[in-house]
Amino acid sequence: MDLNSLWFVLLGVLLAGYAVLDGFDLGAAIMSRVARTDQERRIVINAIGPLWDGNEVWLVTFGGALFAAFPEAYATIFSGFYAAFMAVLFALIFRAVAIEFRSKLASPWWRRVWDFNFFASSLLASFVYGVSVGAAMDGVPLNERGVYMGTTLDQISPYAVLVGAMTVAMFAMHGAIFLYLKTEGELQQRLHGWMWRTFGSFLALYLAVTIATLVYIPRTTQTFIDHPWAWTLVVLNVLAIANIPRAIHLSRPGYAFVSSSATIMALVALFGIALFPNLVSSLPQPENSLTVYNAASSPYTLKIMTIIAALGMPFVIAYTAVVYWTFRGKVKLGPHSY
Amino acid sequence: MDVLLLSRLQFALTIMFHYLFPPLTIGLGVVLVYLEGMYLWTKDPLYESAAKFWTKIFGLNFALGVVTGIVMEFEFGTNWAVYSRYVGDVFGSALAAEGIFAFFLESGFLSLLLFGWDRVGPKMHFFATCMVSLGSIFSSIWITVANSWQQTPAGHEIREHMINGQPFLRAEIVDFWALVFNPSTMHRLVHVWLGAFLLGAFFVMSISAWYVLRGRHLEFARRSFTGALILATICSLAQLVSGDLQAKSVAEHQPAKLAAMEGLFETTESAPLYLWGWPDEEAGEVKYGVAIPGMLSLLIHHDTAAEVPGLNDLDEQFGTPPVWLTFQSYHAMIGIGMVMIAATLLASYWRWRGTLFEKRAVMWFFVLAVGLAVAGNELGWVAAEVGRQPWVVYPTIVDGQAVGGLRTSDALSESVSSGQVLGSIIAFGLVYLLLFALWVMLLHQKISHGPEPVAPADRPEKAGLLAAAASMAAHEGSLTEESRGASSGG
Repeated sequence: MDLNSLWFVLLGVLLAGYAVLDGFDLGAAIMSRVARTDQERRIVINAIGPLWDGNEVWLVTFGGALFAAFPEAYATIFSGFYAAFMAVLFALIFRAVAIEFRSKLASPWWRRVWDFNFFASSLLASFVYGVSVGAAMDGVPLNERGVYMGTTLDQISPYAVLVGAMTVAMFAMHGAIFLYLKTEGELQQRLHGWMWRTFGSFLALYLAVTIATLVYIPRTTQTFIDHPWAWTLVVLNVLAIANIPRAIHLSRPGYAFVSSSATIMALVALFGIALFPNLVSSLPQPENSLTVYNAASSPYTLKIMTIIAALGMPFVIAYTAVVYWTFRGKVKLGPHSY
Repeated sequence: MDVLLLSRLQFALTIMFHYLFPPLTIGLGVVLVYLEGMYLWTKDPLYESAAKFWTKIFGLNFALGVVTGIVMEFEFGTNWAVYSRYVGDVFGSALAAEGIFAFFLESGFLSLLLFGWDRVGPKMHFFATCMVSLGSIFSSIWITVANSWQQTPAGHEIREHMINGQPFLRAEIVDFWALVFNPSTMHRLVHVWLGAFLLGAFFVMSISAWYVLRGRHLEFARRSFTGALILATICSLAQLVSGDLQAKSVAEHQPAKLAAMEGLFETTESAPLYLWGWPDEEAGEVKYGVAIPGMLSLLIHHDTAAEVPGLNDLDEQFGTPPVWLTFQSYHAMIGIGMVMIAATLLASYWRWRGTLFEKRAVMWFFVLAVGLAVAGNELGWVAAEVGRQPWVVYPTIVDGQAVGGLRTSDALSESVSSGQVLGSIIAFGLVYLLLFALWVMLLHQKISHGPEPVAPADRPEKAGLLAAAASMAAHEGSLTEESRGASSGG
């Protein structure tokens, strides 16, 4: 594998890491409406309290790595999807502020406003991520320089909206399973029902997206003809999805969480395979696409970046493991909680 | 309004708001490492209470630093796509290194720092604090490397890059270490660090002075103030040396920026150093100015007669930055630096004489002086970035000729309209106003609450019986108003 393809894979790893990790905390926020009392809402927030900040770093590093490895793609995607990125930025700001500030005043009115913000901004961010992935699957109009030529409205096709809805359902399911693991008592009982409901919605939307992809984006099926090994990912994806209800039914929520994580990783991998070797697929002129070759930094820079990643990533995985291990178990509210 | 002006305004707004937090994080991080280290060493619970208090404030600043920082990383791509295409190979690498080496370190251990008091032992907690502080310092290294490369590019070549059969010019790394240690990195990094330590120290002094004025948490406040005062005195003096070294580097590599900072419109022998003034860009002169003759020549060339090139000769190759703003922000920064040196030296003298905490006017000065520290940090960046104009990547000087560089006006996103930027700039303005109000409100709430009380009995006996008796007589035995209330009640 050349360095260009390696960096495509590494970006996929960062994106999958972000989707799995921030996926459960965005999902937990979407599920926060299930919590009824102030105490329950605090439990939801503190379930992700020590983790959400580190999870967002995966997105920041994904952005930095895309900038460094494929500057042409970074420039085209970020400027072309201006409105989408601004929406995500404001959603992430409001979400962080809601987490940080919500429990600082006792006023019920204050807490209700921030609780709603916590829910709505997380829902918005999840939806925009999904729509953007959908638009990227669709392909976007680029000129021969690789500059985005469309408008914001071009990115909101019915297909993209469908992928957005599936992403929301997927994160909600992932978040519901996570919260089930972190809670006890009556709240946990209610979340049990919501694990089933969110799984049902996700399954229905997943099937709809799969059919729509096969019908409307024939380009993606070409990959499976060129690279038959890609079918193993589809099989893994289906097995992971099928294992979620099985694990919930057998009262093994840990397995359900592993399975929903695997589902998200498999979907990111399928998204990557559908794109490769493109980073931004051009439509209607496919020859204008930005690929891992024409959008890349110089070979020397990719080599330096590979050294930086090889030095840094083992530490990153070590810190992440230490933090998740330290904050394992059910949520206990204490003097240092949000 | 045009996209260029709006995009520049948006960048200025978002970076200046963001830069309230990182220097505070770096400065307070060092304070936290000191306090927790002292707690481990002396077992004095006052240090633990102080560390927990400053940690809460640190956490609040950190969260705002993170969310406003993500905006910065995205904005290069959203608003400055041509810039991103031109420099991604070089600048993007520094940002990616910052993400991998710094952000994960900071945010991972931050959760142990904020929420781990009861979950990990004190030594592990101290380790986490050190790692968060180290992470914030790593972060400042990479971002300063990236920015310094924009000011004094090195370690790269401008090469043709082919897209769909068409060649485009861009910067590519040829020597990674020359890029990292480009001519201005070290000068600017030291300057940034000292600025951050000063802000952290003045922040601690501000809150401590307020407690002294209110007669609350006195022992905590005096100790915090004294520690921060030592740091601030050293750093404000060191900043003078650092600033001088940096000005020489700017004179060598960015002559038009230096001329704008000093209001030097014409090439002058025995160039003067303005203490203040009002540069009139149309008339090409500094009005109402007071200057020391020959001083600029002396500072840069160690010779009062030496010639310093002015904007009239530099414009052709380097262009002219906005002189008034560069001059005023630079001079205001230096003025603030001088006030800091005078204030910290005087306060240190009074502290040594033991009369500092009785001087209410001085305490009030230090309550407010944190504003000076914030302004000093912001103004320094305004001078650095406005003085770099009209370039976003400054040209390199090769054999006296300016080579390469990218003009700010050429760096915009091709596909972004003024309507989009106008929309986002209004949204940022409103949201940041809200964030600022919330930040001030919560800071006020945390400061009003203060550190947790420490009963005198919990503290290890170090002073002898006699000293304890003396302090009882001086009503110094109680450390906080809460415990004072408790002891007088009992």
